[in-house]
Amino acid sequence: MLFAASVVLITVMVVWKLWINSALPRHKFGLRFFITDVWDPLADQFGALPFIYGTLVTAGVALLIAVPLGIGAAIFLAELAPPRISDTLQFFIDLLAAVPSVIYGLLGFLVVVPLMRSVIFPALNKPLGFLPIFKGPSYGVGFLTAGIVLAMMVIPYIISVSREVLLSVPRDQREAALALGSTRWESTWKVVVPFAKTGIFGSIFLALARALGETMAVTMVIGNTPKVVASLFSPGYSIAAVIANEFTEATGDLYTQSLFELGLVLFLMTFILNGLARLLIIVTTRRGSGMGNV
Amino acid sequence: MNARLRWRKFVSNFMLAMTGVCAVVSVGVLFLILGYLLYNGGASINWDFFTKLPKPVGETGGGMANAIVGSAKLLLAASLVGVPIGFFGGIYLAEFSGSFTASIVRYAADLLNGVPSIVIGIFAYSIVVLPFKHFSTLAGAFALGIMMIPITLRSTEEFLKSIPRSLREGAMALGASKWRTIASVVVPAAYRGILTSILLALARVAGETAPLLFTAFGNSRWSSGWTQPTSSLPVMIFNYAVSPYDDWHRQAWAAGLVLLGLILIINIVARTILSRGISVPRS
Amino acid sequence: MQGSSKPGLSVNIAMNTGVNKSESHAALPMRMTISHVSFFYGAKQILFDVSLGIADKRVTALIGPSGCGKSTLLRTLDRMHETVTTSRLEGEILLDGQNIMAQDVTQLRRRVGMVFQRPNPFPKSIFENVAYGPRINGFKGPIAEVVEKSLRNAALWDEVKDHLHKSAYELSGGQQQRLCIARALAVEPEVLLLDEPASALDPISTAKIEELLVELKNLTTIAIVTHNMQQAARISDFTAFLLTGQLIEFSPTPHLFTTPSDPRTEAYITGRFG
Repeated sequence: MLFAASVVLITVMVVWKLWINSALPRHKFGLRFFITDVWDPLADQFGALPFIYGTLVTAGVALLIAVPLGIGAAIFLAELAPPRISDTLQFFIDLLAAVPSVIYGLLGFLVVVPLMRSVIFPALNKPLGFLPIFKGPSYGVGFLTAGIVLAMMVIPYIISVSREVLLSVPRDQREAALALGSTRWESTWKVVVPFAKTGIFGSIFLALARALGETMAVTMVIGNTPKVVASLFSPGYSIAAVIANEFTEATGDLYTQSLFELGLVLFLMTFILNGLARLLIIVTTRRGSGMGNV
Repeated sequence: MNARLRWRKFVSNFMLAMTGVCAVVSVGVLFLILGYLLYNGGASINWDFFTKLPKPVGETGGGMANAIVGSAKLLLAASLVGVPIGFFGGIYLAEFSGSFTASIVRYAADLLNGVPSIVIGIFAYSIVVLPFKHFSTLAGAFALGIMMIPITLRSTEEFLKSIPRSLREGAMALGASKWRTIASVVVPAAYRGILTSILLALARVAGETAPLLFTAFGNSRWSSGWTQPTSSLPVMIFNYAVSPYDDWHRQAWAAGLVLLGLILIINIVARTILSRGISVPRS
Repeated sequence: MQGSSKPGLSVNIAMNTGVNKSESHAALPMRMTISHVSFFYGAKQILFDVSLGIADKRVTALIGPSGCGKSTLLRTLDRMHETVTTSRLEGEILLDGQNIMAQDVTQLRRRVGMVFQRPNPFPKSIFENVAYGPRINGFKGPIAEVVEKSLRNAALWDEVKDHLHKSAYELSGGQQQRLCIARALAVEPEVLLLDEPASALDPISTAKIEELLVELKNLTTIAIVTHNMQQAARISDFTAFLLTGQLIEFSPTPHLFTTPSDPRTEAYITGRFG
């Protein structure tokens, strides 16, 4: 009754507060906010570009790693593994999804960062260092590290949703492919997976939304440097990370409100992505059941 | 068998094996995390950890007693916000499912669910911290409570909806009013699911750090009452992990182990309750 | 059996053109031979010592009440039962004299095609659906020709020739099923298995498919499972009647439907059960 209404109230207030608390920078900088790459609190210069860049780059790296791994695992769980093993492994994946961000950050900072410095960076930089994205030096923290940690965090989402979608593909699709003389892989990759394509994209959008909003793990490994630079080994910053680090120390309304504006941007990004994801997943589940119009 | 078929079969076996590798790697991450936590933090779980306060910077030893108590207080208070709204709101959604208001509420809840936790943090800051001009446990509980709402709301709705009509109709045929039916028949039938969803919501927010950074903030001493800033496990882990002190790192691992252990236990318990069967008789 | 009239069963054998009535099964070459086949799902036995031959370039129908094992039997012919891990087959099945269990299953399935009960086109265009089979089997020639030929053989070409790149799901149910037949024909199978292909379709589409199947036997050997006795009587040359996993009777279609040898067959076809 009233309780339910309060949900709407809270949601509306969130949006409203974000909007009015970002009024100052919105009026002062307007749309330039999005293309300025200078973030200098002392000079009252606030540009969102480094953070948008960092957020997108880390999310991109995360997806590059997580999508193949996640879809591969989902295929294994849905097509190959016997039901008991599939369910058991899914149980573990669900537990993985429950691991809080700060723990990933802990692992990231104390394990992945040294690993990056001593193993990954030399391995990539020596042969491929001429490429701008692999230029050194590396301090261990940076876009790539954050991307790797984020990948670990979003894989469970891709697996869970993709597995369900794959399991809902009607049996006779696979059998029809086999009946034409396909190998098991061909029937899976050329028929079953395309059938579930929309839902799988939905899972990727969901994962992306999660990656964009992720705060703690990224904050702990990204290096906290507002720069727009091509090298993946360079330290950088993300929207969530800068809010986390600088909000309590922000002096002056312009500073604080710029951070609010960043929050608004982040909110909008995740809002759109989540909406798209939900649409895609609904479309797939509906399609699976309403087939073969007679 | 000609060469082309041999190749196709090889590709098939290879790719299928690769998917197995993907699955192993993905699940392996969980065990990797647990392994590191146990290895690095296991030795530091001692009585001190649970009972002592943190020592000043540079000194070794001390514990996280205040963080543990702080987290407990926060979760308790958060439930007071999140559970009633989620529970009663869920009842509303289940009973008036088709109405326009219901769809709006549902949409708002899903929206709220997708809001990044840091944004919830700055929102709670602007609502609770600013007016009172200081950080407090209440503010942190408020932020966490908001995060609990969508989870408990949708789950309650789902579980109530899964109760077959025949159960309700049976009660109403005996003369029970609509609300009486809900209270005495439907809710008890769905209690398992509702309970587990509350547990899962708690497990989710127990690990949240970002919203607490600007609300409960942190405290190196005990915090009394509800209006002072308070320490919490996740925030302690964050602060200790990124510090330059090895001793703090050690404690961060231990705290991580405790926190994750608790969260995983709650998750396993909740899911086991759920899979043991929702006690609804077949109609 | 008394020569009593059989109400409710009007058999239009005249539709069965091109076949001598009561053609001798033994005189024909067998494309597939099923010998003493028993089939199990785990501990449960579904088929009991079934033996019959699928005559080359003829239509063989499998009929019987629900649960008699006819679909299970059909699915052993292209080893589709192997997708269920608890299934177990005893006995021997030969394709052109070779044991199908000794061959590579992928190759076998190219030679023995299958059409399913509900139309199940792939989420691709009409063209791509038909082209799928030849493509994965490494067909190098002009694929458009193969697609056209198959669609013509499935009596669908005229209806779709201007819409080849539309999604298969835009077709009606009957058209989708003919598309599935075209898809199966594109790899030029030696045997085509059909599992109740018209049961999900309206009467007009069903009639079209039945006409099609009678034509197709000139191209390929056909084995069809149907719960519709009249359909079996209309289009098949030989009919096998199964009951609870056993082969009760197997004879030329006209014979089985007018003068069945076994009382159980007679009971079934006169509608006393099933």
